[in-house]
Amino acid sequence: MTAIDTQRAFRSGAAAVDPVLEIKNLSVDYGYDEDPTHVLRQVSLTLNRGEVLGLAGESGCGKSTLAYAATRLLPPPGLITGGEVIFTDRDGQSTDILTLSDADLRATRWQDLAIVFQGAMNSLNPVYRIGRQIADGISAHLPGVTKKEALERAAGMLELVGISADRLRDYPHQLSGGMRQRVMIAMALALDPQVLIMDEPTTALDVVMQRQIVEQIAELRDRLGFSVIFITHDVSLLIEIADRIAIMYAGEIVEDASAQDMYRRPRHPYSDALLHSFPPLRGPRRELTGIPGSPPDMSNLPTGCPYRDRCAHVFDACAAITPELVAPLVEGDDPRRSVACLRHDPAAVTAAGFEPQPVPVELSVR
Amino acid sequence: MRFFTRRIVFYAITAWAAITINFFIPRIMPGDPVSALIAKNQGRISPDAAEALRALFGLDEDMSLWEQYVAYWKLLLQGDLGISFSYMAPVADVIRQALPWTIGLVGVATIISFTLGTLIGTGIGWRRGTWMDGLLPLSTFFSAVPYFWLALIAISLFSVTLGWFPASGSYDRSMVPTLSWEFVGSVIYYGFLPAMTIVVSSIAGWMLGMRNMMVTVSSEDYVTVAQAKGLKERTVMMGYAARNAILPQVSSFALSLGFIVGGTLVMEIVFSYQGIGYYLFSAVNAKDYPLMQGCFLVITFAVLLANMAADVAYGVLDPRTRQEG
Repeated sequence: MTAIDTQRAFRSGAAAVDPVLEIKNLSVDYGYDEDPTHVLRQVSLTLNRGEVLGLAGESGCGKSTLAYAATRLLPPPGLITGGEVIFTDRDGQSTDILTLSDADLRATRWQDLAIVFQGAMNSLNPVYRIGRQIADGISAHLPGVTKKEALERAAGMLELVGISADRLRDYPHQLSGGMRQRVMIAMALALDPQVLIMDEPTTALDVVMQRQIVEQIAELRDRLGFSVIFITHDVSLLIEIADRIAIMYAGEIVEDASAQDMYRRPRHPYSDALLHSFPPLRGPRRELTGIPGSPPDMSNLPTGCPYRDRCAHVFDACAAITPELVAPLVEGDDPRRSVACLRHDPAAVTAAGFEPQPVPVELSVR
Repeated sequence: MRFFTRRIVFYAITAWAAITINFFIPRIMPGDPVSALIAKNQGRISPDAAEALRALFGLDEDMSLWEQYVAYWKLLLQGDLGISFSYMAPVADVIRQALPWTIGLVGVATIISFTLGTLIGTGIGWRRGTWMDGLLPLSTFFSAVPYFWLALIAISLFSVTLGWFPASGSYDRSMVPTLSWEFVGSVIYYGFLPAMTIVVSSIAGWMLGMRNMMVTVSSEDYVTVAQAKGLKERTVMMGYAARNAILPQVSSFALSLGFIVGGTLVMEIVFSYQGIGYYLFSAVNAKDYPLMQGCFLVITFAVLLANMAADVAYGVLDPRTRQEG
């Protein structure tokens, strides 16, 4: 057994301490015809209890699809073609969300796993008062609760996110965008869920409101102890709030590491490039660079590594082998992090008959 | 409050304009009812009798247009719409006995058509892409067929060939109109076929409109949120999707109620149903201006009332249209 194999075995053995949501080999296609587009290919991701996991990547890389697929809310023509989404309850009981019956699925929704969507403007039903919209989720899952109690609880949730309870009788159009997003967060937390998926919750808001919402989520997480999957294309925001960051590219996760590791020691050329396309909030000034080219056409993916056309460290093996997530080939790295780049996977390169290339200096910062 | 004041002023101006136009149109039209009557009787009316007729219909007085207009308003405010030339009875009485038939038959048919069409449209829109989509071309076919033809086919099939329903009329003429079960049953029996044809020819519009709105609304974020909240499928479909999709339907429904009174001419002619359309048709044939004016006036007010109903319904159903303060 080579050192790399040992490292691999170690990684798969060192499964997360206390996973609450495990996405395993999830694949999603768009289109029912003979030639569907594979938007998610064998994506695996683990969310630990109490953790804030950031999911970042360019537009169209499959971040939102991952969130919708994991909750079975994927609109047509999306189709889940394989994989498992294991949810583990507080008492250690595991269920696969993808195989639940419709009735069981409805019962677990919101109570175990709640979502806050992108469009703060359109997430609330325009013809119902917000109190009623928070309360109907409560009554649907707790049949014993009276309407009055549900409304009282809704009032409490509003106060939790900093909106006064007398707003309960307002309609969505009477609230500002930031308030609507807070109402959504209050609604999502109404049943004390264990997992909160936030799909670009701050995209439609101005930066001041973004900051307030993000701080509020962090504060509520500390108080209530739920886990968060925070989806955004704003990596600098993630570094601020996430414990761990996963970077997606063309329907795959290319790197998964703790937030600090990702920020200071990116191992994948794409993560590195992505970090250099945002001004850092703190620290020394860095030169900003964009990423040349554009993401590949998902319906017509090239062979091998999907990032190779834009990569500065491409070599001959990249066109032939599709990289898989392995531990990075840098001495002293956290064994739990992983990266999908052939520069870090000489075993796969050798096995296919190519000459392995060393890890570039930029991708082995320590 | 300002909202209502504005609406009331708007309706008052519209009503005034409608009444004024109603006053001028018959006076602009060529021809004169007495000449028409004389022509109809082929010279059997002497010039003296013609003079008497003119006096009877108030056409002899040498009034200015303004005086006529003022007199018209005075009579109108007293509920006096003049005397019908062809029926020799006050117009108000003619309309009063015709209107309930039209409103009863066509109103019920429209409500049935709207309710059924909207419900079916909700189902088709919610489960689009299933066999239920096949209902759309079928119903669209019936609404594309000219109405008079559909009605004639229905008469020839169900009353002439099968003999299930009477071909014309509104109740059994051997009966005395009273509020007895027998009479009501007869009215329903006679009204069934005309109502059926109205429902069949108009349901496609409601189905199609509701289905398309359902498809649009189903992809709204708040519907996905409702699903994510784990609400019952029925609650999501009715409370979130259909509740929003029905808004444009409601305003076209209120407007279609307005057209009940005027829009049923063909049905009432084909089925010889003595509603307002039937009288309007015979009034036009007989150049019976007072009756024509009366019918137009009723139609105008029906449309105005329906518009008001639409305003109110929209305000109740959509909080965004209510104006605070």
